[in-house]
Amino acid sequence: MPEPTPSVEKPLKQKQSRSIKMVLLKGRTFIALILLLIIFSMLIPNFLSPHNLILISKHVVLYAILGIGMTFVIVTGGIDLSVGSIVGLSAMFAGGLIYEGLVLDPFGVTIYFSIINVILLTLIFGALIGSVNGFMITKFNVPPFIATLGMLYVARGFALLRSEGSTFPNLSGTAEHGNTGFSILGSGTVLGLPLSIWIMVLIGVIAAYIFKKTPFGWHIFAVGGNEKAADISGVRVNKVKLLVYMVSGLCAAMVGLIVASQLGAAHPATGETWELNAIAATVLGGTSLAGGRGSIGGTIMGAFVIGVLSDGMVMMGVSEFWQMVITGGVIVLAVIVDQFQGRLQHKMALEQRV
Amino acid sequence: MYEKSDTVEVCLEAKQISKIYPGTLALDKVDIKLYRGKVNVLIGENGAGKSTLMKIIAGVEQPTEGTILFHGNEVSFTNTREAAEAGIGIIHQELNLFPNLTVAQNIFMAREKTKYGKINEGEHNKQTKDVLQKLEQAIEPDKIVGELRVGQQQIIEIAKTMIQKELSILIMDEPTSSLSNKEVEVLFHLIEELKQQGVAIVYISHRMEEIMRIGDTVTILRDGKLVASERVSEIDLPWIVEKMVGHSGKKIKKNEHKKLGKEILKVENLVLPREDGLALDDVSFSLFEGEILGIYGMLGAGRTEILECLMGRNKDVKGDFFVDGKYAKPKSVPDQISKGFAYIPEDRQKEGLIQSLSVAKNLTISSLKNYTWFFHLLKKQEENAVTETIKNFFIKVSNSDLPIYSLSGGNQQKVVIGKSILTSPKILLLDEPTRGIDISAKADVFEIVNKLADQGIAVILVSSELNEMINVADRVIVLSKGKVTGEFTGSGVNEQSLMRAATGGE
Repeated sequence: MPEPTPSVEKPLKQKQSRSIKMVLLKGRTFIALILLLIIFSMLIPNFLSPHNLILISKHVVLYAILGIGMTFVIVTGGIDLSVGSIVGLSAMFAGGLIYEGLVLDPFGVTIYFSIINVILLTLIFGALIGSVNGFMITKFNVPPFIATLGMLYVARGFALLRSEGSTFPNLSGTAEHGNTGFSILGSGTVLGLPLSIWIMVLIGVIAAYIFKKTPFGWHIFAVGGNEKAADISGVRVNKVKLLVYMVSGLCAAMVGLIVASQLGAAHPATGETWELNAIAATVLGGTSLAGGRGSIGGTIMGAFVIGVLSDGMVMMGVSEFWQMVITGGVIVLAVIVDQFQGRLQHKMALEQRV
Repeated sequence: MYEKSDTVEVCLEAKQISKIYPGTLALDKVDIKLYRGKVNVLIGENGAGKSTLMKIIAGVEQPTEGTILFHGNEVSFTNTREAAEAGIGIIHQELNLFPNLTVAQNIFMAREKTKYGKINEGEHNKQTKDVLQKLEQAIEPDKIVGELRVGQQQIIEIAKTMIQKELSILIMDEPTSSLSNKEVEVLFHLIEELKQQGVAIVYISHRMEEIMRIGDTVTILRDGKLVASERVSEIDLPWIVEKMVGHSGKKIKKNEHKKLGKEILKVENLVLPREDGLALDDVSFSLFEGEILGIYGMLGAGRTEILECLMGRNKDVKGDFFVDGKYAKPKSVPDQISKGFAYIPEDRQKEGLIQSLSVAKNLTISSLKNYTWFFHLLKKQEENAVTETIKNFFIKVSNSDLPIYSLSGGNQQKVVIGKSILTSPKILLLDEPTRGIDISAKADVFEIVNKLADQGIAVILVSSELNEMINVADRVIVLSKGKVTGEFTGSGVNEQSLMRAATGGE
């Protein structure tokens, strides 16, 4: 039986205009970023100066790294609300290790770790917090929203408990303890660019590689696209979920380290509401909150849109209140456009049915 | 079929109804008449178009072409509410209930009785009680539906249509599939009563003995086309089977003289409990290399459950499993895959495919570790596997990077099978592999299955289509209510023997 063609052949012109629309829609985050840069460069003198661009990038790095971890989680169909608190707790964890050292009361000794070890321990610590999220979600079937909402409070609470709410004021370390040089992470430069930007590039490349070139990456997409089918296909769904929350925790810890290093101090309120920026960057980058669709490049682009938008508005002297209104509008608009693209894509694919 | 002189009244007439879904022609110029005060039986195999036709009459779907005359006037319902107001009720095969709400809330959902703008709960409870009493059910109106047995939930579904005033057509899609014998009797009693009131009943069922017992007319659909329409008093079981199965389409060649290998799988005394009784009751069988073992039975007989147990998806099962002579109780799906099992689920969309991924990725997602060097995916090797499978499995696709939903149903199914074959299985479990795909794709699927069996893969085929059992399976075991009621080989595999065993004990 020949299968019926569901629709009449579309005229060529219409098809062409559709594919042009498609290209514009797919590159929308990039186009938005370019437009923002053009607009701000016209309104603000020296906006495009290298110094200013590097400054903006340093802000963007924080959202971008958090967004990369968030993308792992959101592509599986989950959400991680705890990243902002993990930033704060990790900063306090690292700050404490440098400022006070590890105090072992029963032995009356205090151990100071080298900066490399502090960084490694903090990253492991962040991943462990993420694994607690993952564990609650996979073993006890707590919905991701609730599990990570709980962690948002718990982690913030521990960050405050660590120092009774006060700041670790000086993280420069001493030669005597062999723990100097923490500030390199936040203010060091390589080939003229801040080290933190290089870290973002490195994390971005590794993450994009995992997404595209490893079985783990594709399993993430499979879990988000159809968990049941993934399970029947032999994907270890729970393992994948556990790992994405660990990645998210690790990224948050990295951000905590960078912030603490930039400030030269660890403050327990660091990272409050940053989870929202991370989610916004991810969504702006075209990642679907329903799971199964997303990209690392998109998220980084999304982080730049948010960063450029907010820094640009600050420089223009837009009131803080209007900044919030505009940012919110941009996020919602991005999702509307995303839905539009999804429908168009679906239509075009159906027309290609053999 | 009725002569003018007969005193029957046509209540609804559908003329030349066609329904096209992207990629499939679900209904092809179908005519049907529904008679007042009669049980109008509609039968056909899965995917024949029965449910689609009923959904059109009940306003759930709209026909692509054709007209519907209701009491002589042309109508076109755009939604179920309009159809319900006209007096057409439908009881869906799958339950459409709110498990979180009470019985009364479910029954009056979206047609609440109000008094001064406030819900009149007293009236709800009273009417619910009345209708449940009629159905001989001792269920309290304020009971939460999720806490009821599946059979009772089905009754609530029926009760929902009963409170509709001026019911003139009631469509029942497999209403007895989850009812106990006693509940079936109540339902039949009720049908009799509705007939007296002049309601036209449309009854969709696979159970032949029910059809012969309560049916007045029978309409048979096959592959979206009307095959026959006749009065039940004029026909018998062989006639139905012949019309249902038909002899059109590409014949599937069966290898009659094949040599089977050693026993690869043996299961003994499988028992699987469910909320009311047993889903599987002491099931034992073995499977040999290169064999295609058919498992036949009516809906709810336990067919799918056997496959789920074998795949490690059902942890409550008791019994012994031996793979290659070694004791091997299934633990998890990945575990079973590594032991050489592969599973093609019944519901392709919900469990077989990942809609957001491309054709290529849907093919390789189960076997990615075969194309990796440490953790790095080797593009070339993955592409080779995709190209090879597309060729071997006759998958029609212009570019394997297209999204999976751009394929037709048949080709999607071939992708699901291809995916599991890429894990190099020794035992292939197929659950209704031809559901909702067209005839030529069906033939392709079975050509593939035969080829795989010739390569020594042991296949278990679950199907509710008789001709698939007869033409494809080397051996068939038949289930009824969780029990094995027959095992047939060679010429013993025929319509009559299978049907008798499947309805056995009822």
